[in-house]
Amino acid sequence: MNDPLNKYILHLADNALILAQRNGEWCGHGPILEQDIAITNISLDLLGQARNFYQYAASLQGNDATEDSLAYLRIENEYRNGLLVEQPNIDWAQTILRQYFFSTYQYLLYEKLQAADDAQLAAIAAKALKEVSYHLRWSREWVIRLGDGTAESHRRMIQAVDALWRYTGELFIPADYENQVGVDVSLIKDAWTEQVNVVMAEAGISLPEKTYMQTGGKQGIHTEHLGYILAELQYVQRAYPNSSW
Amino acid sequence: MAFQINKNFYGDIPDDGSGATLPQTATETKNEWPLWEIFIRSKQGLDHKHVGSLHAADAAMAIENARDVYTRRMEGVSIWAVESKYVHASNPDDAESFYEPSEDKIYRHPTFYQLPDEVNHM
Repeated sequence: MNDPLNKYILHLADNALILAQRNGEWCGHGPILEQDIAITNISLDLLGQARNFYQYAASLQGNDATEDSLAYLRIENEYRNGLLVEQPNIDWAQTILRQYFFSTYQYLLYEKLQAADDAQLAAIAAKALKEVSYHLRWSREWVIRLGDGTAESHRRMIQAVDALWRYTGELFIPADYENQVGVDVSLIKDAWTEQVNVVMAEAGISLPEKTYMQTGGKQGIHTEHLGYILAELQYVQRAYPNSSW
Repeated sequence: MAFQINKNFYGDIPDDGSGATLPQTATETKNEWPLWEIFIRSKQGLDHKHVGSLHAADAAMAIENARDVYTRRMEGVSIWAVESKYVHASNPDDAESFYEPSEDKIYRHPTFYQLPDEVNHM
């Protein structure tokens, strides 16, 4: 349960699951029908990735562990997702920007992970990379549209940057388990920064120069939002243990 | 008092902009994205087929929306998007003169040939 590989897989899985849950909140509430479908598609893609990782982690753990027990029966401080993905939707701008920051990171991460020594992780990353490249393209287009759009959309994009920028630093600071397995995330920071700078310049949004970066999510210390997410996510399985559809 | 009633059937896109799908005035276009007709090729070698329509701000977004709306279940390998206002449609009122004359001309159908088995998609 505590070996670095297991922690690392759960970290990858939790990132995907929590962002899937957040994006899924848009289901039926999207700004227009087509974008409602787009954001929930992305949500389902991420959920698929999370399942692959959880299944792999469960197979390594043995005992009675399943993908469901890992997703539904761990408590808040056992989740190792970054703080970025648990931030609330607020509005379309913030949802889009969160997706863009994360997809850019995830793309660079999976690109390296598909060459990992661990064949299973490499295979999951290679498969997911195709859909992540679409998430990236889609969210990048939207960041530019909103940043370079109307006065209102520009204002909301600036608000989104203010709200989310402080959670981006953590992505590139290796947690203890990342020092031993997987991709060295400190190596993708420059590429991430460069890409994000280009897109934000095109969107006409300036990024904060110096910000205190929040950390802790990857070690299980979360913002107050994760508890609420898990309450909704886990309610049925907690209230009716072992129930199934 | 004379009324002109324009009745549009599914698939009919009037040129005059009288249909509900064609916001033409400045105030309307501000709040509503234009409509696009989407064509999907289901596999290489086949034609693009009309699958439906959707709203999008421009061509790039129309293609992306089409990808999300119409190809989620592996329906296609290629997408065309055409802004609906560029589609010119026949008038349903012309149906009699357009189509009925061909009903009794069976000799125009190429059904009297034997096709070799190797010929697909005819």
